Amino acid sequence: MTSLLEVSGVSKTFDGFRAINDLSIQISEPELRAIIGPNGAGKTTFMDIVTGKTRPDEGRVLWGEKNESLLGLSEAEIANRGIGRKFQKPTVFEDQTVRQNLAMALKNPRGPFAVLFHRKTPQGAQRIEEIAAEIGLTDQLTRTSGELSHGQKQWLEIGMLLAQDPRLLLVDEPAAGMTAEEREKTTDILRRAAQTRAVVVVEHDMEFVRRLDCKVTVLHEGHVLAEGPLDHVTSDPTVIDVYLGRSDA
Amino acid sequence: MTQGFLVTNRSVRWFLFTLALFTAVIAFGSEASGTGIFSTSLVKTLGKTLCLCLIAVAMDVVWGYCGILSLGHFAFFGIGGYAIGMWLMYGRTEGIVMTSLANQTIPPTPQEVSDAIGGQIFGVVGSSEFPLIWSFAHSLPLQLLMVVLVPGLLALVFGWLAFRSRVTGVYLSILTQAMTLALSLYLFQNDSGLRGNNGLSGLQNIPGFEQTSQATISLVFFLASAAALALGYVLFAWVVAGKMGSVIMGIRDNEARVRFLGYRVEGYKLFVFTLTAIVSGIAGALYYPQAGIINPAEIAPIASIYLAVWVAIGGRGRLYGAVIGAALVSLLSSWFTGGGAPDVNLGLYRIQWTDWWLVLLGLSFVCVTLFFPKGIGGLFDYLVRKPS
Amino acid sequence: MLRILAAFCLALGLVTGAQAQDLQPVLQAHADDITKPSRGTIGTTLDALVDSGLPQVTPFLEAWTDKGIWQREADSVFFYGRAQGADLTLTDIDTGTVTEVPKSGYTELRPNGGVRRVIGTALVQFQLSDPDIARRLSAIDSLARRPDAEQLEPLLASIDGEPDAALKARKIQLANFLSASFAPAPADRIAAIESLSDDTSIEARAVLNQILATTPYVGTAAPDGNVARILTVGDDLSADDAYSRLVAANIAPPAIPSTAIRDALAANIIDGGVGDVPLAQLGTTAARDRAYATLATAGTVPPRLTDQGRADAVASHIFAEIYVEDDPAITDAAHAALSSVETRVAAERFADLALDALSLASIYFLAAIGLAITFGVMGVINMAHGEFIMMGAYTGYVVQQFVPDYTLSIVVALPLAFAITFGAGVTMERLVIRHLYHRPLETLLATFGISIALQQLAKNIFGTQARPLTSPGWLDGALVLSDVVQISYIRIAIFVLALLFLGLILFILKRTRLGLEVRAVTQNPGMAASMGIDPDRINMMTFGLGSGIAGIAGVAIGLYAKVTSEMGADYIVQSFMTVVVGGVGNVWGTLAGATLIGFLQKGIEFLNPSNTLAAQTYMVLFIILFIQFRPKGIVAQKGRAAAD
Repeated sequence: MTSLLEVSGVSKTFDGFRAINDLSIQISEPELRAIIGPNGAGKTTFMDIVTGKTRPDEGRVLWGEKNESLLGLSEAEIANRGIGRKFQKPTVFEDQTVRQNLAMALKNPRGPFAVLFHRKTPQGAQRIEEIAAEIGLTDQLTRTSGELSHGQKQWLEIGMLLAQDPRLLLVDEPAAGMTAEEREKTTDILRRAAQTRAVVVVEHDMEFVRRLDCKVTVLHEGHVLAEGPLDHVTSDPTVIDVYLGRSDA
Repeated sequence: MTQGFLVTNRSVRWFLFTLALFTAVIAFGSEASGTGIFSTSLVKTLGKTLCLCLIAVAMDVVWGYCGILSLGHFAFFGIGGYAIGMWLMYGRTEGIVMTSLANQTIPPTPQEVSDAIGGQIFGVVGSSEFPLIWSFAHSLPLQLLMVVLVPGLLALVFGWLAFRSRVTGVYLSILTQAMTLALSLYLFQNDSGLRGNNGLSGLQNIPGFEQTSQATISLVFFLASAAALALGYVLFAWVVAGKMGSVIMGIRDNEARVRFLGYRVEGYKLFVFTLTAIVSGIAGALYYPQAGIINPAEIAPIASIYLAVWVAIGGRGRLYGAVIGAALVSLLSSWFTGGGAPDVNLGLYRIQWTDWWLVLLGLSFVCVTLFFPKGIGGLFDYLVRKPS
Repeated sequence: MLRILAAFCLALGLVTGAQAQDLQPVLQAHADDITKPSRGTIGTTLDALVDSGLPQVTPFLEAWTDKGIWQREADSVFFYGRAQGADLTLTDIDTGTVTEVPKSGYTELRPNGGVRRVIGTALVQFQLSDPDIARRLSAIDSLARRPDAEQLEPLLASIDGEPDAALKARKIQLANFLSASFAPAPADRIAAIESLSDDTSIEARAVLNQILATTPYVGTAAPDGNVARILTVGDDLSADDAYSRLVAANIAPPAIPSTAIRDALAANIIDGGVGDVPLAQLGTTAARDRAYATLATAGTVPPRLTDQGRADAVASHIFAEIYVEDDPAITDAAHAALSSVETRVAAERFADLALDALSLASIYFLAAIGLAITFGVMGVINMAHGEFIMMGAYTGYVVQQFVPDYTLSIVVALPLAFAITFGAGVTMERLVIRHLYHRPLETLLATFGISIALQQLAKNIFGTQARPLTSPGWLDGALVLSDVVQISYIRIAIFVLALLFLGLILFILKRTRLGLEVRAVTQNPGMAASMGIDPDRINMMTFGLGSGIAGIAGVAIGLYAKVTSEMGADYIVQSFMTVVVGGVGNVWGTLAGATLIGFLQKGIEFLNPSNTLAAQTYMVLFIILFIQFRPKGIVAQKGRAAAD
């Protein structure tokens, strides 16, 4: 297992508030990883830094076999290196159909002129069908995505990530607002995705994390508190103290 | 490619059919065709309206589809008008000067010809020197190139600066407005080289066609405007129908999401901004020969805001909406302000529409924004889709 | 004139009545010299007159230089006289008795220019020491207008006896001017010139420039005399100018303009050609030159140097400027003094410019602060803000129709304008903006719709012509600090008003419950709402406040600019720029933005004074570039408006 993403010694301060403090995380490929932590632990900031939305004050973010630094690259460049991101709130293009949403995400040349003269290909259509089947939206392909249910939007967004064919998926609270049944399906999608690539899931819900059955990293106040299998970290007293203990209360 | 696109796109076919029908009716009824049902001035007004429809379509693409509320597209329109106006004015003045110099006993030197033309054109701003920007005014092809190049380059540079620093939303609108203001203020100066607030005039006279009647010229321009609108409409419909349309609407609805999908949003915005600026320039180049005069007041920021008003009333995000809005509001506007609308006598007060039209327009615009955010086009959608 | 003189004599007579002596005997003693004066002899006569110490001497001398003295041929008695046709009105020099006589038998005294000047100098002495301060002032004024070497002595003599301190200072200043130009000893002149080096008045600069006046020199040899500078053709002097100097010095034949050549050719067409050049070929400059040369050789037209000839002529001569003043020490001193004066003037100009910029910044601040508040707190762009400014100004105008006292009317108008625009703002917020929150672009457009409706409405009510909003009398005029630095009171008033508003807004935002709630809503609307603050009410109040301030700004702007239905549109873009440059939703940011834009605009105007439009163009371009580097403005804001 080689390291795909290596975040080391990263810190970020917002107006005096230390959102990330000397954070170091390594993600391998393929791998399924859950990141948990209380509010303000720096989960979203971590994603922002990896995807290029926020620039850290110090530290390194290295990517791939060549250990290329991701700092200083734009969001689009990072996305094209193979990092896909799903937002906490489902963000799909609600005015467009499910098919259009997926087509936009398909791995194709991203330049304006390439897109302008882009022609639909049978391979593309087939790939869309595959992804739609994977996320269970085959029947909904022609529907406007604004009409989808909350859970379907979440899946569509995950589908869009898969269409990008990324090496690393960053998924922010995929199960929020889902029914138990929907969660199960989401878990399946993510676990299947993680067979061929790295998937990082940020989640609050312990039950969901347990079902993912993977290595867990616990963040607290911007740095890693504990790392390991779920049972291992949940038995860690410091973790219980800052996170689990509090959520039980 | 385009054919396949036309076959699949019903609204474009409908639009082209309607436009062709309208053009044929007007052309048949024009004075130039001999029937004289429609006066030359009406043909000119309609031709100008078609140009306004074209820029409205461009505005709809940049605003309605891409979400950039540009308050600067009328500046590009004006630049196109100035670019063609320079050739028209130069050519016409050259003709007049050559005629008058031909009566001299001694043939004129090139310098004398140039001085005489310069004196004619720039006399109103107290100069006879040709400014540098008139270097190509003698050549129609070069000046036509300017119609496309100048708005395109300006949009490219401005857009690159603005999009690069991720200025969005109202900030971007204000910035485009500032650009327009700077341009119009610049043109208002006498030493801008474009005759200050006098602007360029006599543009309805086409060099080389001095003998052709205005009726014919107006018909030709009307047809050219209709053709340009048809082409522009098809071009933009094609752009927004494909994957490009998906991406730019995505940018409108959620810029960050598009970025994280790996698209360089700046490039797309720049593409749309520049392409629509070029089309606006072309629309202006067709408009001003029909208007006959262009001056910096035409470019003032308010004009670009009116453009946004047309598109909003017509309905954003649907190209025919922009056409409906531009045609309806600009024609209504000239009907009301031209004294065409009858006064309303309220007993105590007589409403004269020349005075009250803007109040009506302003308030109805507020109402449209509040109650019909999809504009007239939205109503249209509702009617068309109901049967299915 | 004579009557005034007579009255004046009478007044003098009262003062010196005790020793009432007659001037006529003194005059008679020197009658010949007075009748036929010459520069050489007049001195003794004048001395005698001065020695007499009589008050009548001044008016007499004035009348004499003014050709107002007539002599009776019969007994050579002198009178003040004024001819009217064949008649003459005579006034006795001592008693002031007026008689009408026919002109014959009387001779008018006509001293020549040289003599008049000598008399004038003597006269100055009297006038400068005249007991009446008004006369002394007028003497000083005329001396300042026509400085003359001869006047230096009398001026210096009169300084010690001058009782009035201000006038004395003025006399010393003038004496310095005169000494700088006319003192006999170079050392005195240099001292005087050096004393001018801290005088920034226009007069002092004129004196120095006068000393530094030059005459052009053209010649083949190096110039003699006090050379100011040698001119290099091409750098200091264009080739055309150099040639015209040669022409002016009669060294070269005048350049013949191309139109004259054409006319000359046209006048000499023989057999379808000029010289040996056929008519059809005359469409180039070269052919015309050739044809003209043929004519010139034949003697038909004046000769003309070819371009090469002109260039040679220019190249073979030296062009220089020579000081009129011969003494290099003096011109050097004047140079040094002038450059020191100019440094001071530049500094004062800068101060003046800074004051101008400050008042412009105050106006922008007033115009923009309301906008900044609504934009910052609510994220709402109010395009009708300019129209609220206009409403405020028209409120002031209407109030002045009912309250004739200008001071009172302004006192009434300010709160009334606030109330009216506050009401308009609240109405607009309730009816329109409330429904468009979180759709900023729609708000922009809807408020624009309101803006055009309001503008047209104002046009319908008040007409298109500008309406006056008259400021109270005590705001007229300007505070003059020096010849260079001055600022009108109205601008000071606007500055004070802006300061007051800065204070008031800071007070409202930092010290009141409303301000606390406004800041809470700005920073976190959700949290504020959950703490029992009604964001609806806050938005309404904020919008009203912003609009109300626009109304007051309207009154202030209307006082110094014209009130028209379009005045709002004139300020709206600048106001937006102020807000955007300063940073949204922050009072200090708006202040910084207004200051930056005000100073920038004045600075650009200073660099390019002929063209205010260009200044505005460059300013807008600068702002566009500025936004590139600080997209969030000078004072970046956190909170609702800052979140993308």
